[in-house]
Amino acid sequence: MSGKTLYDKLWDQHLVHDDPNGTSLIYIDRHLVHEVTSPQAFEGLHLAGRQFWRTESTVAVPDHNVPTTVDSATVDDPVSRLQIQTLDQNCNHFGVTQFGMSDPRQGIVHVIGPEQGITLPGMTIVCGDSHTSTHGAFGALAFGIGTSEVEHVMATQCLISRKSRNMRIRIEGELSQGVTAKDVVLVIIGKIGTAGGTGYAIEFAGSVIESLSMEGRMTVCNMTIEAGARAGMIRPDQKTIGYIEGRPYAPKGEMWERAVAGWAELVSDDDAAFDEEIVINGAEIRPQITWGTSPEMVVDLDEAVPDPSQETDPIKQEGMQRALEYMGLEPGTPMTSVPLDLVFIGSCTNSRIEDLREAALVAKGRKVSPDIKQALVVPGSGLVKRQAEEEGLHRVFIDAGFEWRNPGCSMCLAMNADRLKPKERCASTSNRNFEGRQGQGGRTHLVSPAMAAAAAIAGHFTDPAGL
Amino acid sequence: MEKFNLHEGIVLPLDRANVDTDAIIPKQFLKSIKRTGFGPNLFDEWRYLDQGEPDRDNSSRPLNPDFVLNQSRYEDASILLARDNFGCGSSREHAPWALLDYGFRCIIAPSFADIFFNNCFKNGILPIVLDAEAVDSLFAGVDRTPGFSLRVDLPKQMITVLENMSVIAFDIDGFQKDALIQGLDDIGMTLAKADLIRNYEEARRKETPWLFS
Ligand code: SF4
Repeated sequence: MSGKTLYDKLWDQHLVHDDPNGTSLIYIDRHLVHEVTSPQAFEGLHLAGRQFWRTESTVAVPDHNVPTTVDSATVDDPVSRLQIQTLDQNCNHFGVTQFGMSDPRQGIVHVIGPEQGITLPGMTIVCGDSHTSTHGAFGALAFGIGTSEVEHVMATQCLISRKSRNMRIRIEGELSQGVTAKDVVLVIIGKIGTAGGTGYAIEFAGSVIESLSMEGRMTVCNMTIEAGARAGMIRPDQKTIGYIEGRPYAPKGEMWERAVAGWAELVSDDDAAFDEEIVINGAEIRPQITWGTSPEMVVDLDEAVPDPSQETDPIKQEGMQRALEYMGLEPGTPMTSVPLDLVFIGSCTNSRIEDLREAALVAKGRKVSPDIKQALVVPGSGLVKRQAEEEGLHRVFIDAGFEWRNPGCSMCLAMNADRLKPKERCASTSNRNFEGRQGQGGRTHLVSPAMAAAAAIAGHFTDPAGL
Repeated sequence: MEKFNLHEGIVLPLDRANVDTDAIIPKQFLKSIKRTGFGPNLFDEWRYLDQGEPDRDNSSRPLNPDFVLNQSRYEDASILLARDNFGCGSSREHAPWALLDYGFRCIIAPSFADIFFNNCFKNGILPIVLDAEAVDSLFAGVDRTPGFSLRVDLPKQMITVLENMSVIAFDIDGFQKDALIQGLDDIGMTLAKADLIRNYEEARRKETPWLFS
C-alpha cells in the first residue's frame, strides 16, 4: 500500500464518520466568520431554535464592508452599516468572539487568522469565503464554504463532505531576482487554468515553495481557488513554527512542545501517490501581469497582449475577444506600454507586512506618476498597519504620493466606497480580475506588490528592477 | 429546502465559459442580510445598462437588449444552459439564491466550480454536468427552436428534449440526489449523529488539546 499525502492525513485525522451513502462527516476545528456570508446562517440557526455546537472554535470579524478612510470611524452607507451591526448583534447573542470595527486587531479575516495564531497546522479551517485556502500555508486543511454550510458548522461543528483527489504542484529550482510568490501562483494558474484544480486538493511543494516566507506561502495558497481547487496546502516546517510561536492564540508551554512534535507528521509520505503531479521550473518564472478578465489570462511582463486569432478553440477565442473588448486592449500591445489610472496595494493576497515592505522598497524616494489618479495602500489588519508604521513604511508611501488607509478588503471587491469607475484601469495586488470586480466597468490587472508600486511610479507597467 | 423531482421548462442559453459569481450577483447586493429578493439583480451588470444599487427600483432601469435574459423568447426560462466552469470565483451563496429567486431550477453545463456546485444543492437547484458534445447539441437546439424546452427527471436521471422526445441520461451523486428529491435538512441529519461527533471530540481533546482552546 502506498503512503499518505498531507491531505490524506489531514482528512483522516478529521474523519468523524463515513456514511454508507458515500459521504463523510468531517470535523471542523476552526470557523472564521465575516459579515457578508453569515447573517443568513445566524438567522437560520435562530429560526430553527438551534445552538452553536462550540462557540470557542469561532472567531468573527467585519472586513468586506468596512470603510478604509482614516478619518471615518463610522460606516456611512446604511446598508453596509446594517450588515456590520447584524454581525455585532449575532456575535453578542451567540457569544462568539469578535474583533469589531474599533478593535486594533480588526482586519481581513485571512490576515488576522494567522496573525493571531488562530490558524494552526493540522487544523481544519472553514470560512464563508473562498480565499480560506490561504490558511493552508500552515499545513491546515482550509477551504471556503457557502452560507448553508456556515450554518451547518455553527450547529454541528462538522461538514458533510466528499474527499477530493490529490494534486501536487512542485516548483523546483530557484526564483530569479525580483520574482515573487504572486508571480509563482499566477504562473501556476496560467498553466493549469482556472478550472485545472477543480475536484482536487493541491499540495504546493518543491525548493521554491520551501524558500518562500510564510507571507509568500500564504499568497500562493490564497489563490488556489483561482486555480479551481478549494484547498491548497504546504507542509509545515521550521519557518511555520517560527511564525506561530508566541502569537496570542498559539499553544504555550508544554502544550506548545506537544503541538510542535505533532506537526512533524504533517508531511506527504515519500511513497504517497498523487492523482496528478505538475513540476514547474522556478528559474523560468518571470514577473506576471494579467491582461484579461480571468486570472488564467496572464502573461510575462515583457510579453504583449495575446492575439485571439491565434487561439484554435472557438470558445476560448470568443472569451479572449470579449475580454479584450472589456479591457479596452489591442492584441500585440506590449504590456509595458499599457497606461494605468489607479493602483491598489492590498487584499488577503498581498496586504501583509512583507508585501508592504516589498512595495515600499520600490516606492522609496520616488513619486507616484501624475498620470495616476489614485494609488491606495490598504494594510491587511490593524496590526499590520501598526507594524508598518513602526518601520516607517507609511512615510515612504505618503511621501511618494500613495494614500495610506485603514485595514479592510477595500478595492479588492469594492463593497465599500473604494471602487473603480467604468473604464478605469487598475494595477491591483488582489486576486480576481473578473468583469466589474473592482467596480462596474473597471479594468483590473493582477500583479505583485513590487510591480504595483513600480506601475504607480511609472504610470504604466514596468520592471521594478529597471526603475 | 425546496424539493426537486420532475421539472419542465424553457431553456435560456448563456454562451460563455467561466461565468463567475461576481457576474451572477455583483457585490453591492451582498450587503443584504436576507436570502431572498436577489432575482431582479441576477446578472445585473450584463442585464442593465446603468449601475445597480441595492435599494433601487429595478423596474425603471434601462435594459441591455443584447443580453439574453432580456430577450422575450426566454422570458419564462427556468433552465439555464451554460459553458465550462460555471459559478467560479467567490463562495457567495447569494449566487444560487439569485438564480432561484429569478426562477431557475436547473443549470446544465460541461463543468461547474466546486463551491457553487455544492451551494446549488443546498437551495433546491439541480446542477447537471453533461459532456461538451451534449451541451453543444442543446445550444444548437435552443438556437433553432423558439421556446426550446426540456423535461428534467431527477429520479430517473434523464433529460427529455421536448421538441423531438430524444433523451439524455445524466450522472449524479446518490446522496445529493436523495437530498434534493426529499428536500432533506442536512443539519438535522448531522445532529442525528451527535454521539459520533461527541466521541470524536473526546478522543481528539486528549490527543490534540491545543485545537480546543
Ligand atoms: S480581500 Fe478580497 S478576496 Fe480577500 S476576503 Fe476580502 S474581498 Fe475576499
